[in-house]
Amino acid sequence: MIEAHALTKRYGERTAVSDLSFTVRPGVVTGFLGPNGAGKSTTMRMILGLDAPTSGRVTVNGKQYAEHRAPLHEVGAMLEARAIHTGRTAYNHLLALAATTGIPRRRVDEVIEIVGLGQVARKRAGGFSLGMGQRLGIASALLGDPATLVLDEPVNGLDPEGILWIRNLLKDQAAEGRTVLLSSHLMSEMALTAEHLIVIGRGRLIADTSVADFVRTAAGASVRVRTDEAERLRQLLVGHEVSVASVDRGVLEVTGLSSDRIGRIAADQAIALAELTPQQASLEEAFMEMTRDAVEYQAPAREPEGLAA
Amino acid sequence: MSTLTLDRAPEARRAEPRGQVTFARVLRSEWIKMRTLRSTFWTMLAAVVALIGFGILFGAVDANRWPHMSAHEKATFDPIGTSLQGFFLAQLAIGVLGVLMISGEYATGMIRASLSAVPRRLPVLWAKAGLYAVVTWVLMTAGSLIAFLSGQALLSSRHIGASLSDPGAVRMVLGTGLYLTVVALLGVAVGALVRNTAGGIATVFGLLLVLPALAEALPSSWADHINQYLPSNAGQSLTALHHEAHTLAPWPGFLVFCAYAVAALAGAAVLLKRHDA
Repeated sequence: MIEAHALTKRYGERTAVSDLSFTVRPGVVTGFLGPNGAGKSTTMRMILGLDAPTSGRVTVNGKQYAEHRAPLHEVGAMLEARAIHTGRTAYNHLLALAATTGIPRRRVDEVIEIVGLGQVARKRAGGFSLGMGQRLGIASALLGDPATLVLDEPVNGLDPEGILWIRNLLKDQAAEGRTVLLSSHLMSEMALTAEHLIVIGRGRLIADTSVADFVRTAAGASVRVRTDEAERLRQLLVGHEVSVASVDRGVLEVTGLSSDRIGRIAADQAIALAELTPQQASLEEAFMEMTRDAVEYQAPAREPEGLAA
Repeated sequence: MSTLTLDRAPEARRAEPRGQVTFARVLRSEWIKMRTLRSTFWTMLAAVVALIGFGILFGAVDANRWPHMSAHEKATFDPIGTSLQGFFLAQLAIGVLGVLMISGEYATGMIRASLSAVPRRLPVLWAKAGLYAVVTWVLMTAGSLIAFLSGQALLSSRHIGASLSDPGAVRMVLGTGLYLTVVALLGVAVGALVRNTAGGIATVFGLLLVLPALAEALPSSWADHINQYLPSNAGQSLTALHHEAHTLAPWPGFLVFCAYAVAALAGAAVLLKRHDA
């Protein structure tokens, strides 16, 4: 359980995190989502006591991180894949971390096996690929068999097989009753891994919701209809709060009516439908829609040509 | 048989408690960190080789040149200091490694792993400084003894060698080890203060080598009062044979040098505790 209360962090003039409150519950994977520079990493560093909040507080399992006597058993964290001395082997890196809290050598071997680094554990971490570095970071997080996992962009640099592996690993960890918080700037990845979402932009909370609700509310759903009598159907459907666009010859995009209603209307008028598909707004679109005003670094929008004329 | 297994199970669980962070464990962790980096080995080797190598080299050169030396040179010849002169180079290796002990963690991001494992932070600094000081003291004291003995063995061919029973010999041999130990602490402190390898090394070199050279430019009425209190000048009073005018006495000088290191470590502790990692 992670609880943030009115968490605020200012670096000089710049406010990285502003009045952020949320709760991360055990048992589900919670995605921490926001564009680059939204304050995700800063928030995670504050959770781990690496950065001190300007005001507000954040607790893990009821206590501030630094108050825990056995921190590695409370929270396993991977804040950046490269929080590893490049001159040390993966095995010795884990051994040194384990030693701080008396974790036995056996457990070091165990986590190396879990993350699949057995082949390279005795090699220096400086030569690791990004994906191997991520796996080593995850191994450090798992070392103390902690009740809470905090992972910053864990899928970065992993190959598809690695992404699938971490997705399942995190789901399993949550299913065992652990609290799992992972950040990403990729909504599509979150949708597959997380059940709950905390979305921030420019350091402020934008949404604290389930993934399903997020998608439903973020963008209006439309229904795609294909029929030989497109024009007749269009006239039947269009009306108050219902808009119909012709996407293609014989294809309509209907907003404001459910697919059930459209099917019923078509059936009543004996219009044969070749296709009737509810369109989910793509997750990425929903996310971009929601954070549009909160993007820190944005390419200037291109002016449509001929606008001046 | 089965009873035995049953009896053992809870004991095995007790053997791995949800371990708390203790200072002994932090020391153990820092020891693993120190010995698993190649830079530790090579830099320490460089320091030992410099200390002993120059002891032998200068012993051999001076023994060889002895018949051609002027009367004045012979009168002021310091066989003990000559054999320990390698400390001048060794201090650079020791200082650099001290800086790297901490700046290396900042450069690689390891510091965030270290501090999240030990969120109280200060034990990390004390463990690093303490371990490195002990390792340096052991190796450099042994090194200076070997340098002294081999240097004197070469000089004794001209019957100009000293022995440990000569006045000042034990103080200078042990003093070399102690001086380098304080250089080690200074290096760790500067590493933690500056958090950057290049800047840290430049600072250590500046303090130990450049500052005394710069101060030479002061008018002598000032220099006489100031120079003896500069870090390396004060510390090297312990390794000098004679207590000359405008230098501190051996042990007070060494204490002044220690005070610099303690102040730097205190500053490092405050910074580590207060600043975001």
